[in-house]
Amino acid sequence: MKETIKDDLRAKSAMDIVRLARNPKRPTTRDYIDLILDDFVELHGDRRFADDLAIVGGVGFFERIPVTMFGHQKGKNIKDNIRRHFGMAHPEGYRKALRLMKQAERFGRPVISLIDTQGAYPGIGAEERGQAEAIALNLYEMSGLQVPIIAIVTGEGGSGGALGIGVADRVFMLSNAIYSVISPEGCASILWKDTGRAADAAAALRLTARDLKRLEVIDGIISEPDPGAHEFPHETAKNLKKAIAGALDDLLDRDPEKLIQQRYAKYREMGVYSSDRGIAHE
Amino acid sequence: MFSRLFIKCTQCNTTHFYSFFKHAHFVCSRCGQHFRIDAVTWMKKLCDRNSFQSINDELCSLDPLQFPKYLRKIEESMKATNMNEAILTGTGTIEGIPIALGVMEPGFIMASMGSVVGEKITRLLELAAAEKLPVVMVISSGGARMQEGILSLMQMAKTSAAVRRLHQKRMPMFTVLCDPTTGGVTASFAMLGDIIIAETGALIGFAGPRVIQQTIGQKLPDGFQRAEFLLEHGMVDIVVPRKHLRELLVKLLKIHNKRPFPNRSRGEFR
Repeated sequence: MKETIKDDLRAKSAMDIVRLARNPKRPTTRDYIDLILDDFVELHGDRRFADDLAIVGGVGFFERIPVTMFGHQKGKNIKDNIRRHFGMAHPEGYRKALRLMKQAERFGRPVISLIDTQGAYPGIGAEERGQAEAIALNLYEMSGLQVPIIAIVTGEGGSGGALGIGVADRVFMLSNAIYSVISPEGCASILWKDTGRAADAAAALRLTARDLKRLEVIDGIISEPDPGAHEFPHETAKNLKKAIAGALDDLLDRDPEKLIQQRYAKYREMGVYSSDRGIAHE
Repeated sequence: MFSRLFIKCTQCNTTHFYSFFKHAHFVCSRCGQHFRIDAVTWMKKLCDRNSFQSINDELCSLDPLQFPKYLRKIEESMKATNMNEAILTGTGTIEGIPIALGVMEPGFIMASMGSVVGEKITRLLELAAAEKLPVVMVISSGGARMQEGILSLMQMAKTSAAVRRLHQKRMPMFTVLCDPTTGGVTASFAMLGDIIIAETGALIGFAGPRVIQQTIGQKLPDGFQRAEFLLEHGMVDIVVPRKHLRELLVKLLKIHNKRPFPNRSRGEFR
């Protein structure tokens, strides 16, 4: 524990990593899909309401293994970002992802999910169409999906909007990604009524890949060559591919019942608490 | 609220005798505003006298992130609510029907869900699945607990998975959404109820109204994210005033207690 703290001081600050995770030049989900899959076919729509461009997905080959792959999609420029709501999904985005997952389950394909969002879209339409229900149902269904799920946080892991496609057998983070229950700015404004103290909040929230590994919330960290994925998309994709291949190798021959049991156990163990009445009084 | 003899409605400023107000289920007789009530009062309102037995009371929060001011907040909440954490769980009966009951305590850090709340809900659902008890959850919450960071977020996945296990045993969960139910709690077990009941006028949503207003930069429509708005958009089954809630739960529990057509167990449900 002491060692980790010392290391953190030497390394980048939490806010440095937040800035890297948000770098607009970072590769997007579609970039990674194109670099990793062969014969990718993008599929559209939730069959309920619309096609949410904030989540893209489809089917293709991962080293000759058919897979379903999807993720949040940030735009490449302002115009693209407006169409894609800056990668913040509406309920129809989560429902599209669920539809693709159920399809993957039906045809025995593993699922690969890439997470890169500030959060689920906060808007009137999103609430009217059940943003909370859409995310809740994904958590519910993903906990019982009968095929392996691998999730990788490639940029921003923004709260429920990230977790909504993030329940998995293996969860990885890129080394400059973040994953948090609230944005540093939101946290600072609640805690100190001052968004200017976002850097302090970023440190307090323990949102870097190393923090999450230490808290045993993720299974591994995928390294990005310095200074980050925005400069080395190909190398980062190569590392990403290696991590996915390793996880698939491990998960593909598992019995579906056992797979689900182990997934349940994985999340069942998350959380830190005391079973002694009144320890907080110490 | 200036004494225990009188109470003033925060919405319409009418002054009520506390004893009358209490008898009226803490609902303003003039404007219908439903006041937030504590977990123990809720439990007594719903369960048959002396039937409730709490479980997992001993679970306490730690401070895994060493988050600023967190321990102090917990201590203050413990003193203010006389509870160890933001949810009361246990078993009891309603009109003689055994249930597993969870009631969230808004006085405890806005009943936000951290590791303990997530764990207590999961244990309650696992108990209900094992002992074949229907579940009633009285929910009000500000969402996932910021002070436990990512661990709070993971409680959403944990509790949702536990609901699925309950369903595999074909036991129902009735969720009662009270003012306010927002964020990560709405986006996990709250919206996974087999029947979702909302209290009259309750604020229910994913994103908070202030965040939405900031994002879209325009005024929100009247009644936005209120129980009636959710009903209109198909997100809850029924909106009830507090005085009719118990009666409704009894009806639903009775209906779910009998199974005229047996399940030929063929794999799992859903």
